[in-house]
Amino acid sequence: MNGYFGSYVVVAVLLLIGVAIFAGGLLANRALRPNRPTPEKLLTYECGIDPVGEGWAQSQIRYYVFTYLYVVFAVDAVFLFPWAMVFATPGYGLTTLVEMFVFLGLIALGILYAWRKGVLTWT
Amino acid sequence: MADLLDIAVRLAAIVAAFLLLPLIVGQMEHKAMAHMQSRLGPMYAGGFHGWAQLIADGVKFAQKEDVIPAAADRRVFAIAPAVALVPYLVVMVVIPIGPGLAGVDLDAGLFFVLAVMGIGVLGVIMAGWASANKYSMLGGIRAAAQLMSYELPLVLAASGVAMAAGTLSLQGIVEQWRWWWLPWQAIGAVVFFVAGLAELRRPPFDMPVAESELIMGPMTEYTGLRFALFMLAEYVGIVVLSALTTVLFLGGWHGPLLPGPVWTLIKVFALAFVVIWIRVSYPRLREDQLQKLAWIGLVPLALLQLALTGVVKVLMS
Repeated sequence: MNGYFGSYVVVAVLLLIGVAIFAGGLLANRALRPNRPTPEKLLTYECGIDPVGEGWAQSQIRYYVFTYLYVVFAVDAVFLFPWAMVFATPGYGLTTLVEMFVFLGLIALGILYAWRKGVLTWT
Repeated sequence: MADLLDIAVRLAAIVAAFLLLPLIVGQMEHKAMAHMQSRLGPMYAGGFHGWAQLIADGVKFAQKEDVIPAAADRRVFAIAPAVALVPYLVVMVVIPIGPGLAGVDLDAGLFFVLAVMGIGVLGVIMAGWASANKYSMLGGIRAAAQLMSYELPLVLAASGVAMAAGTLSLQGIVEQWRWWWLPWQAIGAVVFFVAGLAELRRPPFDMPVAESELIMGPMTEYTGLRFALFMLAEYVGIVVLSALTTVLFLGGWHGPLLPGPVWTLIKVFALAFVVIWIRVSYPRLREDQLQKLAWIGLVPLALLQLALTGVVKVLMS
């Protein structure tokens, strides 16, 4: 189990163990639990009265703005990690620091813009 | 052969920790909440201090019927608890509890952790969608929005530590750690911990499961063992978040006198207690307050921490 891919084999094995725990648990559970479905029991639960309309109903979703914001900034943030590895190694120093402030400035500007546009306040 | 045995022992230890530590945290939550809020329920079962309450809960969950509503998307509904639970187990493979004492030491450990932890929330979104229940769906969408907003401060705070240490390996980060990182990375630590709490949907960030308006949010339709697995996922999440905060910000196994792994466990359980304490002490945030806290509170703070980290690091080298 040496080398780069060797360590990921261990991760994969653990993933399989996790799936096995889940499957095994539910399988063993089958012996312990009763199974007596009735139409009423299988009805969608909604405050104890019969459900009105479908569960996948239309609703006004205000959260999509956050998704946009997130996609924009998270893609930026991913570039931080490789940069964080090398920014302080000899030969970089001040240049990379200035670059970092440019980066931070851009993100801060984006959030400021979203804030001023009123995206973060609900009406 | 010795190699394989070594890995088998490590994996067995991780699985044991995965099954045991969340139960200890759960028991701790029962008792701490009972004392702090004068709750009588969890102090009754089994006599002394209600020690048998957790076992009683477990027996009850295992005996309950596994109801899948007729309207639900069966397959997605059935595997959602696994998607919520298994990522936390996988994350545990890279968390070091002592020098050399981790499942594996991945070079991109921190990145791996952040990537895999995000998957856990997917399970909750799947549960919310597949239940075909209005409350569940609202809860699922809230959980998704919460992940979106709090992932950014989490990632930024974590990358601050990567900058300070100059490595992404969790093992390497703890080895680089010095005591003065505590004040240096203090803002990042708070941001990381709070954002982590929000990703776990723990009170006061439990808007997705807000029981007074959404019944149980994405878990409304779940019964029996599948519901118990969602609960387990929450508590494993507490353990993983506490362990990550310990490793990244509190110096992992560093500490006087006691051996390293003991220090790691002490720090992890102290943080888990803080998680419980916060749940007992704070009222739930409203949905828009919750989003506002992330974007106007935590993200600017995390950016400030990045700037501070960069300046100090370059000035020192």
